[in-house]
Amino acid sequence: MKRLFKTFLEKPELAAVLLLVLLVALFQHLSEGVLLSPANLRGVLGLLPEMGLVAVGVTLLMICGEFDLSVGSVFALMPICMAVLMNAGWSFPSATAAGLLVCLAIGFLNGWLTIRFNIPSFIVTLGTLFMARSLTIVISGGFPPRLPMDAIPLQLFTAFVGPGELIRASFLWFVGIAVIAGFLLSRTNFGNWVRATGGFLPAARALGIPTAGVKIACFMVCSTLAGFAGMIQVLRVGSPLPSMGEGLELAAVAAAVIGGTSLAGGIGSILGGVVGATLIRVIDNGLVLSRVDSNWFKFAIGALTILAVVGNAWLRKHGRSMKVED
Amino acid sequence: MTEDFRRATGPVISVRNLHKWFSGVHALRGVSLDFERNEAVGLVGDNGAGKTTLISLLAGVHQPDEGEIFVDGRPVRITRPREAMQLGIETIHQYNSLVPQMSIARNLFLGREPTRASIFGIGFLDIARMRTESTTALADVDLHLRSPDTPVDELSGGQRQGVAIARAMHFKTKVLILDEPTNHLSVKETNKVLAFVRSLAGQNVTGIFISHNMHHVFACCERVVAMAHGRVVFDRKISDTSIEEVHDVL
Repeated sequence: MKRLFKTFLEKPELAAVLLLVLLVALFQHLSEGVLLSPANLRGVLGLLPEMGLVAVGVTLLMICGEFDLSVGSVFALMPICMAVLMNAGWSFPSATAAGLLVCLAIGFLNGWLTIRFNIPSFIVTLGTLFMARSLTIVISGGFPPRLPMDAIPLQLFTAFVGPGELIRASFLWFVGIAVIAGFLLSRTNFGNWVRATGGFLPAARALGIPTAGVKIACFMVCSTLAGFAGMIQVLRVGSPLPSMGEGLELAAVAAAVIGGTSLAGGIGSILGGVVGATLIRVIDNGLVLSRVDSNWFKFAIGALTILAVVGNAWLRKHGRSMKVED
Repeated sequence: MTEDFRRATGPVISVRNLHKWFSGVHALRGVSLDFERNEAVGLVGDNGAGKTTLISLLAGVHQPDEGEIFVDGRPVRITRPREAMQLGIETIHQYNSLVPQMSIARNLFLGREPTRASIFGIGFLDIARMRTESTTALADVDLHLRSPDTPVDELSGGQRQGVAIARAMHFKTKVLILDEPTNHLSVKETNKVLAFVRSLAGQNVTGIFISHNMHHVFACCERVVAMAHGRVVFDRKISDTSIEEVHDVL
């Protein structure tokens, strides 16, 4: 029992899960049962994959010890590229592939600049945040391009599927990608290298782990997931806005941190990032349903982020010092 | 001269005229040394004498700007840590080559994980094998911990050193380099490390033991090499010298 409790204290994502359950119960009560009603769940679960996918990538990158502020801009750039190419006569698969290649290139650039010039990724990606946003507006001419919706297989991405049409196809993408990322991190040698690179770089280097390659790969995964998430939002909304995704980079970091990921690297889990993103969505939705002034939303996220970091440090300290018998 | 090194009975590692500069600083100024098979060599000297630089060249962390390295008499270029390991040279670095946030089992196999069904070198970890083999590896160096899943940052300094040593021994090393392994250890833990260095010869392993503490070197090595200002200034069998004599040279 005590060992179970110790394990619990040392796994911050479990604390986030507990918080999620409590908040769901609270909002379920305050909203008089609307929160978990099928109609509301359709809305929440339909929005979740967009921020959730970004949070998965950002969490992976943060565990690797790096940071990406450009995800919000890439979130907009990818669908704009796709829309512009489709308007130029490209098919949906080739325009999507081209858009994702742009994301891969930005991720590579973020990683390469960070490593080659040994500068903080915070600065590099702050630069690409502005550059990618600017490119988005230049490419689109400042106006949202028309998206030929009838040429897109929406049933693969945003159509409602399954029993009761509770979830969109995008939710399945999200769950699938999160599970793959989680397995990659915890069950493969690559995941071992990611955690070692973020946890203690000199040791990872001394053991011959290709730390530069590992970091660049994580940057590329992070950018690609952000672009893919942006595409899903555009397919749901039906029109790519050049301003979409603004502020998303910080929300994604908040999601990762709330889920127990450390800014210093080496600590965290994909599940934590997913739970963090879900918490943010539930708070957003719950406040509205409880008829609280929705301007309190950002206050709540901010407070929760700080609380999570302080709380996790406390839990870890107490969990570690707790002695268990063999 | 190189002909001598070709004999399999010769030194396990020889270095000839090694030079290394670090942004204008001449850290190694022509070091030539032979490390004999199954011999424990103590490498002493002040901070900045070039000890750590020398072993970083053998461990593949840095490359020499000039000079040659021979392993088993063959000239080699060690450009990466992995190549040093493949040549049978394992290094336990001063600030511990362990990742504190990760478990003992994951640290033991870090960079050399047993995998199943791998593509392009990326594969699923054989976690069961990692756990059983790390338990055996720890027992082989007489370290008995409660579980291979324990995170390294819950271990004491001596236990961490033990894990690093267990890893080096598990991968059948030929040469084990220990950089200041007794730093921050208790007396009891220090004695355990010294006894381990003494036992290396019996396991057909050459030991290179770097230390500030002359008493530790004299307690576990057969030969002492002193460095100062990037050069070897003293090289003698322990039985033919004394702590005072080495101190006088430095």
